[in-house]
Amino acid sequence: MADVFPDVQACVDLQASVSPLPLGAARRGFCGRIDAIAVNGHAVGLSAGELESRLLELGFVEGARVEILHEGSFGRDPIAVRVNDATIALRRREAMAILVS
Amino acid sequence: MSAAEPAGPWHLALVGNPNSGKTALFNALTGSRQKVANYPGVTVERKSGVFQTPGGRSVHLLDLPGTYSLRARSPDEQVTRDAVLGHLAGETAPDMLLCVADATNLRIALRLVLELKRVGRPLMLALNMIDIAKKRGFEFDLDRLSAELGVPVVTSTAVRRGGIEALVARMDTLIADPPVAPGEQAWAPPSSAELRATQREADRILAAAVKVPGRPDTLTGRLDSVLLHPVFGIVILLAVLFVMFQAVFTWATPVMDLIKAGFEALGAQVQARLPEGLLQSFIQNGVIAGVGSVIVFLPQIVILFFFILMLEDLGYLARAAFLMDRIMGGAGLHGRAFIPLLSSFACAIPGIMATRVIDNRRDRLTTILVAPLMTCSARIPVYVLIISAFIPDQQVLGWISLQGLVMFGLYAVGIASALLVSFVAKRLFWRDHPTEPFMLELPDYKLPQPKSILIGLYTKAMMFLKRAGTTIFSMMVLIWFLASFPRPPEGATEPDINYSLASIIGHALEPLTAPIGFDWHINVALVPGMAAREVAVAALGTVYAIEGGTEAAEKIGATLAQNWSLATALALLAWYIFAPQCASTLAVIRRETGSWRWMAVSFGYMLALAYLAALVTYNVARMLGAG
Repeated sequence: MADVFPDVQACVDLQASVSPLPLGAARRGFCGRIDAIAVNGHAVGLSAGELESRLLELGFVEGARVEILHEGSFGRDPIAVRVNDATIALRRREAMAILVS
Repeated sequence: MSAAEPAGPWHLALVGNPNSGKTALFNALTGSRQKVANYPGVTVERKSGVFQTPGGRSVHLLDLPGTYSLRARSPDEQVTRDAVLGHLAGETAPDMLLCVADATNLRIALRLVLELKRVGRPLMLALNMIDIAKKRGFEFDLDRLSAELGVPVVTSTAVRRGGIEALVARMDTLIADPPVAPGEQAWAPPSSAELRATQREADRILAAAVKVPGRPDTLTGRLDSVLLHPVFGIVILLAVLFVMFQAVFTWATPVMDLIKAGFEALGAQVQARLPEGLLQSFIQNGVIAGVGSVIVFLPQIVILFFFILMLEDLGYLARAAFLMDRIMGGAGLHGRAFIPLLSSFACAIPGIMATRVIDNRRDRLTTILVAPLMTCSARIPVYVLIISAFIPDQQVLGWISLQGLVMFGLYAVGIASALLVSFVAKRLFWRDHPTEPFMLELPDYKLPQPKSILIGLYTKAMMFLKRAGTTIFSMMVLIWFLASFPRPPEGATEPDINYSLASIIGHALEPLTAPIGFDWHINVALVPGMAAREVAVAALGTVYAIEGGTEAAEKIGATLAQNWSLATALALLAWYIFAPQCASTLAVIRRETGSWRWMAVSFGYMLALAYLAALVTYNVARMLGAG
């Protein structure tokens, strides 16, 4: 179970080694900060503005600390993300709009 | 009434994020003095209640659906927005808003508080679950928080005795000296730039007034590492569902038998005391059997909702949706549709009622449409009767029972068609509507509170009895009427039902049902079968003039084997996978969707599928020599 919660030190290490990437492409254990919310064709069904607003309302705002806690059983989708002090589940498709480093 | 009339009740509206403990606080404040209804025209629950302040004022409390924003993306959130803005038809504009926030998860809640301030109504913030927050090491500077936000702040613990005293006491001061509204109504849907700015402001206030412990809730983390594990998580979910399913089936049976026996005894009393005739038949077969057929579902509904409410309060339901999202999503269903669909194996009625856990109306409607395709327990007597009469009791591959295999096949076809229909429905009905993304907060685990569970169970049970009861009951009376009128002529030799409207309908339908192998006997039995599927078994006995009803199942089976071809029997099985043969289910669909249209859509598509399935089965079977 220990590997599920990488401690603070492990987070810092990861952060230093990872260049900007979409949260939807990151793996479990990833830790970082949100660089930007950029909805470019990731909004299947929703308008880009609507998806951006929904992500913002759930706390995905630039500068917030994020960590991928869990991945779904099939295709590692959806993912459970710690955003500052809340845990949000979302699909990788929508998480592609969250750029992190 | 408004604040200008000092003697009238004070109107308070509860607003907050999902999982803020809003409903628990509502239950703690109002206890059993609450009313659950529907807002007219929408399937949104309206919960209201009354409580007294220590100063003797009565406060009218309205529990609004949880939301992250007033931007209103679903009918539930529209109700919240309109009620908060005072635009909701038939609802008194609230004198004050009480924003409820989980003290351990304030970040998103504070953004909502800042948004609510723009509405221009007096506003107060309740930091709920303060006991858990303090235990976990949170420290709050309430004066600073109140000053920064510009609204009064109180703490509360909905689940502890005395946990809401501070809140209620504060209410008196606020009623005597209402807080000044922060300004004019200036709310407009925020742009993404405004959302960002408000969240930054909320983050700043949070940093200034609250000291957050460095580590998240370790218990939740440890539980999740097992419960959300890619392998164990699924295994545990299946185990939980297995127990739930078993409980709905087995725990309910003794009580259901008792209810059935009770109503039968009551019917027998009527039969003994009233002279034979129309009145006796109406009271015994129409009223008592009709009411009984509704109440008999109550144990299953109570047990099912006991599990659902426990899992919901525990925080596990959101996890179940997370685990199942990928599988359900493939068929165009929401992760949360899993539990309602599973419940429908027991009975579609509690299953359809359980779709209320799905927030989005379109996802909910899709789930309601396909729920009756899951093989419910009422189909079992019909399946068993026909299978044991027509399918030889032999083994396939040496160890698989052929009869069991057919039974399994019927279940499998039901599940497959449910997934297929939802896939098609998504593309047919919601083509122009965007697919809802799956985004869900996973709250920290919390022990469910017995009081909240009991209140929840009570309201669900009453909802079922009141709403479904009226419609189901009137359908039962109609079916009784069809099976009883006109009365048989003097000296009639055949069973009464063969002279009734049901029989006339059965004969009239014969040209239509001939291609699927049903003769008028079957058609007649299908009419009372509308009351509840298993009634068709007894009705078949009646039309073939066999005494003893369901107990004589073996005799009925033998009679059927003489009268029907194998092709007809198989066609009837295929028909029953889809047949919309249950007035109660249709009544609940009508109630839960709030529309006759969706009931008609359900009835129509299932009837079409049933006919098609029976047609194909009958003709293929005949071609293979089973005619």
